[in-house]
Amino acid sequence: MVRARVAKAGSERGVRLPSRPGLSDMAQTITSQKNMTFGEVGAAAAFAALAVLSIVVAAKAYTPEYAFHAYLFAAGSLWAVFKILDRYYDRPADLPPLEIAGKPNYSMGPVRFATVAAMVWGIAGFAVGLLAALQLAFPVLNLDLPWLSFGRIRPLHTSAVIFAFGGNVLIATSFYVVQRTCRARLAGDIAPWFVVLGYNFFIVIAGTGYLLGITQSKEYAEPEWYADLWLTVVWVAYFLVFLGTVMRRKEPHIYVANWFYLAFILTIAVLHLGNNAAVPVSLFSPKSYIVWAGVQDALVQWWYGHNAVGFFLTAGFLALMYYFIPKRADRPVYSYRLSIIHFWALIFLYIWAGPHHLHYTALPDWAQTLGMTFSVMLWMPSWGGMINGLMTLSGAWDKLRTDPVLRMMVVSVAFYGMATFEGPLMSVKAVNSLSHYTDWTIGHVHSGALGWVAYISFGAIYCLVPWLWNRKGLYSTKLVNWHFWISTIGIVLYISAMWVSGILQGLMWRAYTSLGFLEYSFIETVEAMHPFYVIRAMGGALFLVGALMMAWNLWKTITATEAAAPEGQPALVPAE
Amino acid sequence: MSLWNKHAILEKNSIILVIGVLIVIAIGGLVEIVPLFYLKSTIERVEGVRPYTPLELAGRNIYVREGCYNCHSQQIRPLRDEIERYGHYSLAAESMYDRPFQWGSKRTGPDLARVGAKYSDDWHRDHLKSPKSVVPGSVMPAYPWLAETELKADTIADDLKVQAALGVPYSAEMIEKAVSDLKAQATTDDPDADALQKRYPKALARDFDGNPQRITEADALIAYLQMLGTQVDFKLYDDKANIR
Repeated sequence: MVRARVAKAGSERGVRLPSRPGLSDMAQTITSQKNMTFGEVGAAAAFAALAVLSIVVAAKAYTPEYAFHAYLFAAGSLWAVFKILDRYYDRPADLPPLEIAGKPNYSMGPVRFATVAAMVWGIAGFAVGLLAALQLAFPVLNLDLPWLSFGRIRPLHTSAVIFAFGGNVLIATSFYVVQRTCRARLAGDIAPWFVVLGYNFFIVIAGTGYLLGITQSKEYAEPEWYADLWLTVVWVAYFLVFLGTVMRRKEPHIYVANWFYLAFILTIAVLHLGNNAAVPVSLFSPKSYIVWAGVQDALVQWWYGHNAVGFFLTAGFLALMYYFIPKRADRPVYSYRLSIIHFWALIFLYIWAGPHHLHYTALPDWAQTLGMTFSVMLWMPSWGGMINGLMTLSGAWDKLRTDPVLRMMVVSVAFYGMATFEGPLMSVKAVNSLSHYTDWTIGHVHSGALGWVAYISFGAIYCLVPWLWNRKGLYSTKLVNWHFWISTIGIVLYISAMWVSGILQGLMWRAYTSLGFLEYSFIETVEAMHPFYVIRAMGGALFLVGALMMAWNLWKTITATEAAAPEGQPALVPAE
Repeated sequence: MSLWNKHAILEKNSIILVIGVLIVIAIGGLVEIVPLFYLKSTIERVEGVRPYTPLELAGRNIYVREGCYNCHSQQIRPLRDEIERYGHYSLAAESMYDRPFQWGSKRTGPDLARVGAKYSDDWHRDHLKSPKSVVPGSVMPAYPWLAETELKADTIADDLKVQAALGVPYSAEMIEKAVSDLKAQATTDDPDADALQKRYPKALARDFDGNPQRITEADALIAYLQMLGTQVDFKLYDDKANIR
């Protein structure tokens, strides 16, 4: 905002420069008749209509929780109308130029917003995850309160880290990368702001909804019908802004990172529509019923669920790998042909893998076998991508010693390799019969989520913040080093605890005595988990501490008056 | 070499790239999901599976609201230990009216697919109020508010209507009587219980939460838990009949 005001003041001064004031006045009337754009009028009208509708819904809502959400929609819409009009009165007559002196006039405001939002939601999501972990170790922490009980906290945690943290990272980096690699300003005037603010509003509706008991109980797609509709509108805008920017590109080729972003945006749209096809009980009820039932609903859910992993948490973050690792290592991507194979093989094979979540269930065997086969095949493109990322370092491996940011990103690719080896292994039916329903799955997810998704995101954010706020570097590299080691220890504690508890519990469930009776009652297998749940919570706490150090480091980077801090700043000792 | 160069067509035309991605991602989903809707063998033919009664449906919605699926599966796999621990493996037919399905993905607590009639109503009421009072090693949260909160179900007929529109065999009569059926089922010796059981065979009708004065959320949830997995009579069910 500050920058925009400065730029505006500059242009006004520019107008006054000519010696004859009359001429400049005339020029102004010819070139800059100030009018509201079609987008401004349309968006303001749409938001005004939404505000009226929301107030009507709030008045007639079946439940107070739903009325609360309707009021949030009304307040958000009114704020949007005000902001659009306010911006119109403040802005110069002409919209910002696409280029200034032959160079693209990048729009980085939405990127900055989404970057900060990612960090804020990330810390919130990690903290809620820690609470959930502690609740399993010490159930008294559920406090007998509806909005704090594990069943509502767990979806809050998963959505906060996947969609709030991960989603904001993806929006921020995609808007940054697409502009830089296309050498073009972000398409749309209000649209990019609508995407970032609208998406974060969706997060607020989803998160408060879980705490209030509004959920459709489909894992990673818990938000109810009205939140889903809102997300659909935001997502279409996201797709149009991204595609519009690609179409504006000055480069003949679309860069590989943008293929991955495009596949992520498109596929998530398809999955979201398919898995959330629901009919609301009434316009005034938050409740809806899904059009699919039973076994079909199960497969649609895991077609969605596994590809939320495949396209949200993999394809999207592979785009980060393909931009930030070459950039940071200052080396070209290892192999162009490998990236072509990687891309098409990955997006083709991933879609088939969903049924491995339903092994030995009432899903027909042929579907289970197909799912397992394709999951095993998926190992190949996954490792192809890992090799392409790691080998990009060739000739620059020495940088791992001095640059902890690059090290974080390289370790993230290694975790990606590990998680994508473990995944196909667990999708084999014989292995799955042991691992399914146990903590092994939770551990597997976290080696991917903490090791791969979070680390590549942290690396990208450490790169982005100095670039976005025009700083020479980070406030403290030493602090990044601390962050790296503390959170790595946290991840190792987490996933090893879950391996042990998962395999232990799986084996206890199927243990027989010599007389042929089941050896353990269910509750004995639950009690055996306690020490591992405590270790897991410790791992999660370390990961949270690392993220807090990162936030502090970024805050000092942004607020530094000088461009960059000298090396050797005293590193913060982590609170334990 | 020349084939590699052809990829430039996709790299230079964003719309062709978009169409290419859509085609490639559509194949797997279509091949796996579409046949489930027309292959008759997907869902076995069995006797006894009926739509949920209004009270059971209200209870199921509370089960969903509290996120029980986060820790409890409702899907018994055909593995020796699971069949001995929980009962006959789950059939696709048993969840044919489940919107959404509640198979779950994690067993922090035990599977609930056949929990119906395993414990008494009193046990469930105490367990929901304070799990540790009946299972000392339990890590389940307590749900004391369920037995204290009046069940709000005056709009339950709307729920049935929507499900009927989606293909669940709720008759006009069932929709019309939804609220009275709900009350009849939650009351011991209610005169309308016979009519309810004619509409919904084997429906259990009694005061579930030990408090006959009011119909609470615990009434609905326990009614739902007590019917889980009890619809199919496995003494009569022939495992081999559906083998092709």
